[in-house]
Amino acid sequence: MSAKRQKRKQPLPAPGEWTFELIEAYHAEIDRVAREYGLDTYPNQIELITSEQMMDAYSSVGMPVNYHHWSFGKSFLQTEKGYRRGQMGLAYEIVINSNPCIAYLMEENTMTMQALVIAHAAYGHNSFFKGNYLFRQWTNADAIVDYLLFARNYLSECEERYGEEEVELLLDSCHALMNVGVDRYKRPAKLSLTKELTRQRERAEYLQSQVNDLWRTLPAQQIKAQTVEARRFPPEPQENLLYFIEKNAPLLEPWQREVVRIVRKVGQYFFPQRQTQVMNEGWATYWHYTLINTLYDEGLLTDSFMMEFLHSHTNVVYQPGYNEPWYRGLNPYALGFAMWQDIRRICAHPTDEDRYWFPDIAGSDWRETFDFAMRNFKDESFIAQFLSPKIMRDFRLFAILDDDHDAKLKVSAIHDEAGYRKVREILSDNYNLGSREPNLQVWNVDLRGDRSLTLRHQAYLRRPLNGDADEVIKHVARLWGFAVKMEVAHEDGRIEVLHECHQDRRKTDKN
Amino acid sequence: MVRIIDRRFDSKNKSAVNRQRFMRRFKGQIREAVADAIAGRSIKDLDNGESVSIPSKDLSEPQFHHGRGGIWETVFTGNDQFSSGDQINRPQGGSGSGSGKGKASKDGEGEDDFVFNLSREEFLDVFFDDLALPNLVKTQLARIQEYKSQRAGFTNDGTPANINVVRSLRGALGRRLALASPYQGRLRELQKQIEDLLKCLPEDDPEIVRLKDEIGILRAKIEAIPFIDSFDLRYNNRIKIPKPTTQAVMFCIMDVSGSMDEEKKATAKRFFMLLYLFLTRTYEHIEVVFIRHHTVAKEVNEEDFFHSRESGGTVVSSAIELMKDILHQRYLNGAWNVYGAQASDGDNWENDSPHCRELLSESILPFVQYFAYIEITPGEPQNLWREYEKLVGAHANFAMQHIEGLPDIYPVFRELFKKKLA
Repeated sequence: MSAKRQKRKQPLPAPGEWTFELIEAYHAEIDRVAREYGLDTYPNQIELITSEQMMDAYSSVGMPVNYHHWSFGKSFLQTEKGYRRGQMGLAYEIVINSNPCIAYLMEENTMTMQALVIAHAAYGHNSFFKGNYLFRQWTNADAIVDYLLFARNYLSECEERYGEEEVELLLDSCHALMNVGVDRYKRPAKLSLTKELTRQRERAEYLQSQVNDLWRTLPAQQIKAQTVEARRFPPEPQENLLYFIEKNAPLLEPWQREVVRIVRKVGQYFFPQRQTQVMNEGWATYWHYTLINTLYDEGLLTDSFMMEFLHSHTNVVYQPGYNEPWYRGLNPYALGFAMWQDIRRICAHPTDEDRYWFPDIAGSDWRETFDFAMRNFKDESFIAQFLSPKIMRDFRLFAILDDDHDAKLKVSAIHDEAGYRKVREILSDNYNLGSREPNLQVWNVDLRGDRSLTLRHQAYLRRPLNGDADEVIKHVARLWGFAVKMEVAHEDGRIEVLHECHQDRRKTDKN
Repeated sequence: MVRIIDRRFDSKNKSAVNRQRFMRRFKGQIREAVADAIAGRSIKDLDNGESVSIPSKDLSEPQFHHGRGGIWETVFTGNDQFSSGDQINRPQGGSGSGSGKGKASKDGEGEDDFVFNLSREEFLDVFFDDLALPNLVKTQLARIQEYKSQRAGFTNDGTPANINVVRSLRGALGRRLALASPYQGRLRELQKQIEDLLKCLPEDDPEIVRLKDEIGILRAKIEAIPFIDSFDLRYNNRIKIPKPTTQAVMFCIMDVSGSMDEEKKATAKRFFMLLYLFLTRTYEHIEVVFIRHHTVAKEVNEEDFFHSRESGGTVVSSAIELMKDILHQRYLNGAWNVYGAQASDGDNWENDSPHCRELLSESILPFVQYFAYIEITPGEPQNLWREYEKLVGAHANFAMQHIEGLPDIYPVFRELFKKKLA
């Protein structure tokens, strides 16, 4: 630190109030240092907004444009209430995974905060979006804003043509299934606005013809011939409910299928974010901390700037213990930041313990290791791979087994030699969407009978579905148009029907 | 590489549409909340909006998640006492026993209602929802847009009649100064030289002659600058702006005789304020005339109207007379929409009531958009009511209502100004 101090420069002014010139000056320095560290980012677009606009952005799930729906209005009201009453602060920034990468800065921020946010969002998150494999596979930064624009226009067209209420009901049902609208193990096709537009009509017509074919009433002789091998549909269970409905729901109109698709695509866009919280926030926090400190070492920042910066930084990475009233689980910023710092430590100054636990990275070049780790992992695998005994000790991690058949909870492992691997395994599993979220499958469609759809919940560790399931089934039934059954397959092989929703849309339509 | 964009002045309320959608979806609940609010609180609060609470189960967005139960193994931080294999009692109320806690709380019992605030505008929107002033549409259709001419600075062209002499000459002077200034400088220079030369040279020295010639040329050039140019001309600019005819005058007539007690006055006040609020939504500009009366009528300010106490008998016609006079003196130039609202306990001097009816029918009702009479009395209608009843059929713009207590006001108000089908 002190060695570098020799090339002391004139520090940048750090008044409370920011100006556009200062933001540019700070950005230029941050950009320079980030390049020196080899951060690869999309071009940046920094937008200054008011707190009210920030609340707008919040409520449209952080997107610059989105279609209209009452639920966004609800979340706006919630945010507004919390903010007005001082129950919650607004995030200092929102960053959008797009190319150019859009970062919103709030006008209420001080100059210090703006610099922190630029380093955090425009360099930390931005480089993560560009590098991490999940984002590369699941999202297309070049097309997302165009796609959302397309979606909004398409939905307003639908509203004009079919009525706001009709569209709203459809969106309600789609939103209920948004979190089961992803193929977890299949790569999605890239979004492209032009393709979407040109192929949209084609797709609609084609789909409709396919669906009709599925339900075609066949001449009597052919039916006889076919009953011999009772066709199972879908041939294999499907995990992507929304996709299945989009392609196969018999009574949806083409425009309704397109809306289902839009909701599915938007939901899919947030899929990587749900799986990289610790990594992504930790990465951004690590970089704002590192970039700003580098600038300070160069003599570019004043001490008062640093005091304010450290104050905010410390708040962000605060981790209360389990028995403190404000404990809300692990703070992804704290855990992520600690892990990235720890990886650098392992690379630069490994101990014997590190050499034993991480023979591959101990003593390696930290920038290469960082790049590798950032690109190729998600929370679950990142923790399984890189959570070191030191972090477990620092955080004093321990695992609790809660089995509802037992009267007491059991401490299954703690931060000791015997427990490191177990704690790491459990923590990694805590971030595994596959075990966190229920495993639901489209099990069967009764093609020859009442056309009912059967969903199956593959129970895991006896975990039940929550009380919403009944409501969600109704939404599924609305989309499917016929009866929908929900059954649960227990681990011991029992099958139990949980909910059933009878609906025949053709009949209700006639009434 | 970076683009910095100032979005702060972009359109606000991006999610205004979403907010409207939300309001529309929960209209029923919001209406109920507003109706409760009206019944329960002072009218003065109308400016404050209202907080509406909706049971959160009505606006849940259900999704498939895990519920409580089964086996969960979760990592916590800050171990201060546990070793592997310890058995711990389940914490009460579920807090701290992390397993799926975040999700499970959704089904938990003590779910709060969703509370949010209606802005004043939204509150009134709901409040006035399907109301409209009677005859308003007709008046608006019949309205001829009036313009008034108003000054708007100066322009470079116009008709000669509008030339602004001072501005034009000021421009000309400036132009002349500006165009002449290079010559003037040279002129002063030459004169200085001549003066200097004259000290040592005779007047007809060729150098001096040359200088004098040059001075002559310069003078000619300066004089050639036109005194006034069409370029200098400035004209008074006048523009026509539409004259707002959306103005209304509202007459509030209240009986302040001994029989009107504070409670009745408070009721009347609410009625007037509601009417006023409604008018503010329809008209840009509203004047209010307060007339109070017992045996004699008087025009007063708002403070006196509601708060000063009088006593004595009642002669309603005095107030109607006064309204007629004020109406004819000040508001009958065609630019005003006139509304009248009268509140009384109906206890009038017996022989006066027919006179009131005549006055209203002949010199008031033909000129007003609407005249509403409310009788605030707990019991049977009084003599004024019976007289006024005769007006109802004959005049479409006359309405009357009977009010017994505070909670009646809102429904009565709606009844009075119910949307009339054309």
